[in-house]
Amino acid sequence: MIKVFIGGVIALLVGLLSAPTWAGITIEITQGQDTGIPIAVVPFQFQGQQRPNADIRNIVSADLYRSGRFLSLPPGDFLSRPSDPDQVRFKDWRLIKAEALVIGRVTELGNDHYEVSFYLYNVFKEKLLAGYRWTVGSSQLRQVAHQVSDYIYEALTGIPGAFDTRIAYVTVEKDSGNTRQYQLMVADSDGHNAQQILRTNFPILSPAWAPDGKRLAYVSFASRTSGAMIWVQNIETGERRKLLQEKGTASAPAWSADGRRLALRLSRDGNHDIYILDVAASRLTRLTKHPGIDTEPAWSPDGRYLVFTSDRSGRPHIFRISAAGGPAQRLTRVGRENAGASYSPNGKHLVMVTNQGNGDQIGVFYTGNKQLTVLTDGPLDDSPTYSPNGAMIMYATQRGNQGVLAAVSADGRIKQILRLHQGEVREPAWSSRKQ
Amino acid sequence: MRRIFHFSLVLLLSVVLVGCALNKKKGSAEVEDSSVNLQADATSSGLSSDDSGSAQVLVTSDNTLDLDDPLGTRVIYFEFDSNALTPEAQRIVEAHAEYLAGNPGMAVVLEGHADERGTREYNLALGERRANAVADLFQVMGVMPDAVRSISYGEERPVAMEHDESAWSLNRRVEILY
Repeated sequence: MIKVFIGGVIALLVGLLSAPTWAGITIEITQGQDTGIPIAVVPFQFQGQQRPNADIRNIVSADLYRSGRFLSLPPGDFLSRPSDPDQVRFKDWRLIKAEALVIGRVTELGNDHYEVSFYLYNVFKEKLLAGYRWTVGSSQLRQVAHQVSDYIYEALTGIPGAFDTRIAYVTVEKDSGNTRQYQLMVADSDGHNAQQILRTNFPILSPAWAPDGKRLAYVSFASRTSGAMIWVQNIETGERRKLLQEKGTASAPAWSADGRRLALRLSRDGNHDIYILDVAASRLTRLTKHPGIDTEPAWSPDGRYLVFTSDRSGRPHIFRISAAGGPAQRLTRVGRENAGASYSPNGKHLVMVTNQGNGDQIGVFYTGNKQLTVLTDGPLDDSPTYSPNGAMIMYATQRGNQGVLAAVSADGRIKQILRLHQGEVREPAWSSRKQ
Repeated sequence: MRRIFHFSLVLLLSVVLVGCALNKKKGSAEVEDSSVNLQADATSSGLSSDDSGSAQVLVTSDNTLDLDDPLGTRVIYFEFDSNALTPEAQRIVEAHAEYLAGNPGMAVVLEGHADERGTREYNLALGERRANAVADLFQVMGVMPDAVRSISYGEERPVAMEHDESAWSLNRRVEILY
């Protein structure tokens, strides 16, 4: 008999706002399904009166499925439905060829609170890999499910999970007067719990998460004739402030890893260069000085370098510069043009928008051998953003003449389309931090 | 006459209406100084009339240029990834510059735009560079620099929504607004 342990008791104190979500959220796997580790996720047994809306089993199963690394077996095939370690018979799971088994239980505690426990097993080794218990309010059950997914993902792949994270994105809809309405949204990584944090008649671009996961920098317009400006908004309080009171325009914000500085594009006297802003001190340092367009700065994870887009050698390409300044070095020499680069979390790769003659596609550039692998089909793919674990890349694409979000695994094997909203969706940004 | 001023009255009214329509959510910000419909079929009522009652077309997206009166044309077009003025664009810009140089005190906004190819941020910069190309010629022609503001909406305000060269060629533009 295997001895049971409860690996950790985590009380979630994060007070997440819950908002009604569009019922039509779907994630369609377009490539790479039916592969991965066969895993049996048993429906969690419920004990109590008021069954919560969030079904942990289905959320976990969907998380694992869309990661492309798991094949979630249908519950109809299960020979038993254990919810407690004492009830696990490994031969039931070997028979249906499950390599991993997840069981769990949701117990109503009253006062809108629940206890959730789960256990993860290696079926062939008959070994318990993880066991955890949470006590949370009903509004946090989805988050608990994503944390369960994160534990499973890490235990079985060796890579930290990125399910319990958030994304920001921009939606565009026309109102009854045919005016475009832009919304800046924040949602869980699976598109649920979507909340509007800004609504405006002006375009919104380039949302960028601060490392604390509480602030977003983004680009919008203060008035019809203001030109592009950068705001920083606290997503919990809604408080927003314009960063620079410059005469020129500013855009393309990118936070440093310590959250104290923003790299950005600023135009003064008609020239677009990269600057670094000390946010607290409001002090600007100029990093590039070139008559061409320099924009889209992104920090290396160690903070020593920035990459940026420049057309100083003709068509736009990716350049690298020390965060302390100095000469810029051209990185990309492949394709017609490359733009919008950002580093993978391990700093070894750059994801970017590449044009090799087939429109705009998402590509990964290996900083070591300087090779570029095209991951997507294009022709209007834009705004790639790494998941915090580097396993997935979310980006904006077009489907049926409408902007939608899509995701591709960093190795290009798995592809999916995320339908998060009825209108146009674009400009995804994946938070680097857990909720 | 500062026509921009008349438009701001219209803008202000729209702000009030928009402001009432929005319901405030916790954690959400709303833009109070919001503006009118800026879609490029800018014959929309908010933008295209001033309080003198005579309609003024700010933006023309058709190509029925009155070649005898370049002042009637408020939009100039560009080649892909270029801010170079075509001879036709140069003629239009020079006509406006001449008019503006002779009417000091008028505020001008040069609004640059790009087609959808390339990243949004690059196009934001490209649109501004196009507006600056017009501003530079204005300055050479004697328009006071302080009267001219160059901005860009990048690829965010397309005139034509299709994904082909005929649409893109209409979207690569600078609108001369005064």
